[in-house]
Amino acid sequence: MAPNIGLKNGRLARQGGISDTNLLLIITITVFLVMYACAVIFLGAGFRKPQAFFNILNDNAALIILACGMSVVMITGGIDISVGTLTALVCMSCAVHLDYNGGSVLTAMALAVAIGMAFGLVQGYLVAYLEIQPFIVTLAGMFFAKGMTTIVNSTQFNVEHEAFQALKGTRIYVPGMGSINKLGKYVPAYVEPGVIVALLVVLLLFVLLRWGKLGRGFYAVGGNAASANMLGINVRRTRFLAHLLCSTLAGIGGFVYFLHVGSGSPSHASGAEMNAIASSIIGGTMLSGGVGNVVGTFFGVLSLSTIKNIVSSLGLDEAWWTNITVAAMICLFLVIQSLVLLRKNKSKQ
Amino acid sequence: MQTLNHPKQTGPVPFLRGLIRNQIFIPLAALLILVVFNLIADPSFFKITLGQNSNGDPVLSGNLITILNNASELVILAIGMTLVTAASGGQDISVGAAIAIAGSVILRVLCGEEARPETMQAPIIVAFLIACVAAMGFGAFNGILVAYFKIQPMVATLILYTAGRSIAAWINNNQLPIISDPEFGYFGNFIPGIPIPTPVFLAIACMIVIFLVLKFTTLGLYTQAVGINSHSSRLNGINPAFVKFLTYVIMGLCVAVAALIKVSRISSINYSVIAKDIEMDAILAVALGGNALSGGKFNMAASILGAYVIQFLTTTLYKFNVASDALPAYKAVVVIILVVMSAPVMRQKLQKLWARLAPKKAEAVKEAK
Repeated sequence: MAPNIGLKNGRLARQGGISDTNLLLIITITVFLVMYACAVIFLGAGFRKPQAFFNILNDNAALIILACGMSVVMITGGIDISVGTLTALVCMSCAVHLDYNGGSVLTAMALAVAIGMAFGLVQGYLVAYLEIQPFIVTLAGMFFAKGMTTIVNSTQFNVEHEAFQALKGTRIYVPGMGSINKLGKYVPAYVEPGVIVALLVVLLLFVLLRWGKLGRGFYAVGGNAASANMLGINVRRTRFLAHLLCSTLAGIGGFVYFLHVGSGSPSHASGAEMNAIASSIIGGTMLSGGVGNVVGTFFGVLSLSTIKNIVSSLGLDEAWWTNITVAAMICLFLVIQSLVLLRKNKSKQ
Repeated sequence: MQTLNHPKQTGPVPFLRGLIRNQIFIPLAALLILVVFNLIADPSFFKITLGQNSNGDPVLSGNLITILNNASELVILAIGMTLVTAASGGQDISVGAAIAIAGSVILRVLCGEEARPETMQAPIIVAFLIACVAAMGFGAFNGILVAYFKIQPMVATLILYTAGRSIAAWINNNQLPIISDPEFGYFGNFIPGIPIPTPVFLAIACMIVIFLVLKFTTLGLYTQAVGINSHSSRLNGINPAFVKFLTYVIMGLCVAVAALIKVSRISSINYSVIAKDIEMDAILAVALGGNALSGGKFNMAASILGAYVIQFLTTTLYKFNVASDALPAYKAVVVIILVVMSAPVMRQKLQKLWARLAPKKAEAVKEAK
């Protein structure tokens, strides 16, 4: 693999030009902007309204949170494939808690975070301190969450809790943005509360990864665990915290998803872990560790859902086109990344 | 020169010790525990009866037969997955989707233009060979991305994982072809007159082939060499990229065989459900066999045994009336226990604990050293 992956932001990176992380980030943002601009120019109607953009955010707030957690784990060189079914488990648990057990919204939130943290503690301990492969540990976590969801409740049902419905219906209007509908009325653009949470998560993680001691530790451990150890970084603790962070974010993301759909179902968020991984990859995070950025991941999620919207507005409604296009896009990004990194390494030697 | 100073040991002790150190010990022990558990809980679990099916042909039935029968696809996939894991240090997560594609190709060739033909439009062998070519082609696609573009295997195969089932639906124009000819069902069920299900034979055939290949060719040696250190294997004259590529093509072949069994079982296909999550089970089989998922040395027999352990566990859980939806939770608990027990760190801790509990023996060992 690329030998120049490592702790390469900041000053070190400036000596050798642009760092891998930033290069891949720039590619991602450029592709997203070009794609969206093309959609606005050629497909017009659906994409021109500001609300179209904010709907992408509304629909994907949970995925953004999940993908950010995934990026952190991927930066440390691990993987977490349990986040999708964990989201379903959180949805179902919160739904049962609210409707059958008479809980309040606040305790439901606490429950969501607690479930996430519990998964994170166990998975993190197994991965970091017992040195079991993260794939297998989180695979077991995925199975466990999937089974538990149906044990909690095996059928889909909508939540009718009043306070929850009020929160679900909350709209936060974006100042200065809006469009005029067919009746000539001005409709302001809005986002759901989940989007605010998602943006906060992105911001906090960006600061943590960029300037936090722990964040730099994630890059160091993912780049080269042995040399990170020699630098005095507690590798096991760092890995443990990465998994804890990811699962906790999955818990939060689960609640945001729950807030968006307002129901509990065993089939919720199925395949979300793969979407999260795909978004991270498109955003320039590498599964081999040490390279990545949550801002890139954020744009990765946006790109993924923009391409889906483009495909459906092109009239290619038949189910297979979406998946095939998404796969082609992942393929394209991977090949670009691979070529860029290969060329960069060659020119260095 | 530690070995020279060891006191001479005779009898069953060295054999046991060798067995415990052997990689195959973990899946074997898991299997034994499951067998003992079932023996205690319900001895009739192991009953095998000779009955007749609806056509009046003799068939064997019983839990053991079910396990052997249902594990067939998993065993075949575990073979390919072991090679892929060993050579590329990553896993192929697209096998479930690839099975959908290969199965779809088989049905497309057999059905021709109609969705529900009276007779098959082509010999089964032709359909199977075309499916082999298609599956190997998709395997080659994965292989090229992994070996030549140097993309992480899990990420590279994520592409086919995403698109596979859609491609499968597209091949058959999203129709659900059904083949009414009973001959097609032989591969997934019973051949008249033979009381053992055919998938068992197919799995055994695959095992024999892979053991012959590993025995008489350098494939095993090369994959391990590439997995342990691809740079030094290149210096030794091996082409690491080609070896990695080859393992993915072999994986494609395994996928085609598994797909034949899968579609033959129901003589039809359901694109979104066929072989769902089978890739996870196949990877689990490799891990339960004690093989490192980061590549390098592998033990094929242990992987195959791992696949049977998974199926044994599933059937046992069904036997205890666990709902099929809740099954994964119990499976996860067992998997975690197995993996934790086999983790090297845990073994060291246990050894230390053992040394503290039995200090005399530990001292004796120290003196001997």
